Amino acid sequence: MGLFTVFDIASSALSAQTQRLNVVASNMANADSAVSADGTPYRAKQIVFQAVPINRGSASQAVKVSGIVDDPAPPRLVYDPNHPLADAKGYVTFPNVNVVEEMANMISASRSYQMNTDVMNTAKSLLLRTLALGQ
Amino acid sequence: MLDRIDRYLAPNVNALNLRAQRSEVLSANLANSDTPNYKARDFDFRAAMTGALNKGDLRMARTSPEHLDPKAATGATPRLQYRMPAQPSIDGNTVESDAEIGRFSDNAIRYQAALSFTSQSIRALQTALQGQ
Repeated sequence: MGLFTVFDIASSALSAQTQRLNVVASNMANADSAVSADGTPYRAKQIVFQAVPINRGSASQAVKVSGIVDDPAPPRLVYDPNHPLADAKGYVTFPNVNVVEEMANMISASRSYQMNTDVMNTAKSLLLRTLALGQ
Repeated sequence: MLDRIDRYLAPNVNALNLRAQRSEVLSANLANSDTPNYKARDFDFRAAMTGALNKGDLRMARTSPEHLDPKAATGATPRLQYRMPAQPSIDGNTVESDAEIGRFSDNAIRYQAALSFTSQSIRALQTALQGQ
């Protein structure tokens, strides 16, 4: 109900944006990982957000991470015949991480996170003032 | 006597309830500002407030004193509408976060205004009750 639900909604967004930031960090850290745990080059991960009703029958919707999918973009081929992982033609397969896109993603996630903490702070100060009503 | 106090405070209580509900709707818009295909929602405060004030007598019939009065505390639920975006985005999301945060702050300030009106009303009531 009302202002208390704001906390649930904003915190769902905070946790979703944190996961997004996590995925960005993983992509950035592995931008040059030519070998991942399963032996193939690392593939960029993308997060998928989904709106879910906060309560049964409620119109207000919180955010949920519905899944983390592999980026379908083709891998980056670099010509380096001396590299130990080079194929017969001398190309090395590097991850399909686009560093520019990931930076933009990171900035967007951090702005959204800040916005939702502002919302929480506002809701908190309104509730505190409501508690002081009639004094 | 008590129902008169109830009626005296009703506009303030309705305004606070609707402001709180609107802050919930707007915070949901802000939370979903990155969700693909999410449509921003809002309600017409004036229409909701008029509806809540005129609904006072249209309550569910209570045939036993042990029945709860479901509408007594909350009033009517406002009708949610979809917002028309000025600049629709490519992923189908219609939240414009800068405009939404403006509306959220505006709503918060009006909530505080309603709060101070309510506390003035309570103070006036206390003055009348003390009779000094």
